[in-house]
Amino acid sequence: MKNYQNQFFLKLKKYNMKKIINFKKSFLVLSIFFLASCETTSSRLFDTSTNKSAVELRSIQARAFDTKDQNKTLRTIIATLQDLSFVIDKADMELGSVSATKLDSSNQGLWNTGYALRMTVSSRPVGNRTVIRANAQFNITPVVEPKPYQDFFVALEKAMFLTAHQVE
Amino acid sequence: MSNLFRKPIIFLSIFSLLLTSCIETIPPEALVFSKDTLANRQLQTRKFDTKSEKELLTAASGVLQDLGFNLDESAPGVGVLVGSKNRDATDSGQVVAAVALAVLFGANMPIDKEQKIRASLITRPSEAGKGHLLRVTFQRIVWNTQGVVSKIEPINEPLIYQEFFEKLSKSVFLEAQKI
Repeated sequence: MKNYQNQFFLKLKKYNMKKIINFKKSFLVLSIFFLASCETTSSRLFDTSTNKSAVELRSIQARAFDTKDQNKTLRTIIATLQDLSFVIDKADMELGSVSATKLDSSNQGLWNTGYALRMTVSSRPVGNRTVIRANAQFNITPVVEPKPYQDFFVALEKAMFLTAHQVE
Repeated sequence: MSNLFRKPIIFLSIFSLLLTSCIETIPPEALVFSKDTLANRQLQTRKFDTKSEKELLTAASGVLQDLGFNLDESAPGVGVLVGSKNRDATDSGQVVAAVALAVLFGANMPIDKEQKIRASLITRPSEAGKGHLLRVTFQRIVWNTQGVVSKIEPINEPLIYQEFFEKLSKSVFLEAQKI
C-alpha cells in the first residue's frame, strides 16, 4: 500500500515538473510574440530598427558629381527615374528635389507580389560639385542596404555621362 | 522530425520565428536597367517641334484634362506635369467567374472594383537643338470589392501610348494655331 502511495506521489511530482516546464516553454513563446510587437511609435518615426547612423546613411545614399548645372542635373535625375519605370510624383526646381513611385511586381517566394517603391532624390550644389542624395522606401520598410543605391547611382552615372564620387 | 512537430509549442515557436524573419526586401532588379528599358523609353517618348517648352506643357495639360485627369503637381521649370484619376475597374470576365463560383460553390470571390490611374508627363529640350521631347508614363492601383489592393502595376500597352500621342499631336497643333 505504501509502495503505491509512493508511486502516486512520484507521478504527481513528475506531473508538476512537466507543468512547470510547459509553463516555461509557453512563457518563452509568448515573450517572442510580445517582443516582436514591442516597437514604439518613436522607434518607427526615427527608424531606430535600421541601426544606421546619419553618417552611415549619407555615405550609402549620397554621391557627388562634377557639375554645376542644377537644372540639367534635375532633368537627368527625372529621366533616369523614368527609365527605371518610376512615375514622377513631385518635382521642385528651387529645392532641387524629385519624388517618384514605381509600381511593379516581383517573384518573391511562391507568389508574384506587387510592390510600391517610393524614392526621393535631391540635388544641391556644394562648391564646384553637385551632391545628389536619394532615399527610398519599399512598401512600408525603409531601404538602407547599400546595393540598391549603388544600382541607382550606376544608372544615373550613365545618364549624366559623369562619374559618381563618394562624398567625404 | 515528425515527432518534433507533434509538440505544438515547439511548432509554434519555430513558426513565429519564421514569421518574424519573413520581411520582404527590395528585389535586386528594382533599380537596374532591364532589357525593356530602351523599348519602353521609345514607346513613351515623342519629339515635338514646338518653339517653347511651355507651349508643349500647356498642350499636354489640355490633353490630360481631355482625358479626365486632375492635375496633382506641376513644375514647369523642369518640365513636370503629374495627374491622376479614379475610375471603375470592373472586368466583365471577372464578374462572370465570380457569379459562376457563387452559384456552384456558394463562394464569395472578390472582384476588381476601383482603380487609380496616375500619369506623369515630362518634357525636356531636345539635345539635337530644335524641338522638345515628351515622355509620358502611366501606372495604376486596383482595389477589389473588399477594399484590398488587388493589382499594382505599370501600364505598358503600346496602343495606349499611341492613342495618347495622337491626341497630344492634335492638341499641340491646336495650341500652335491658338484655337
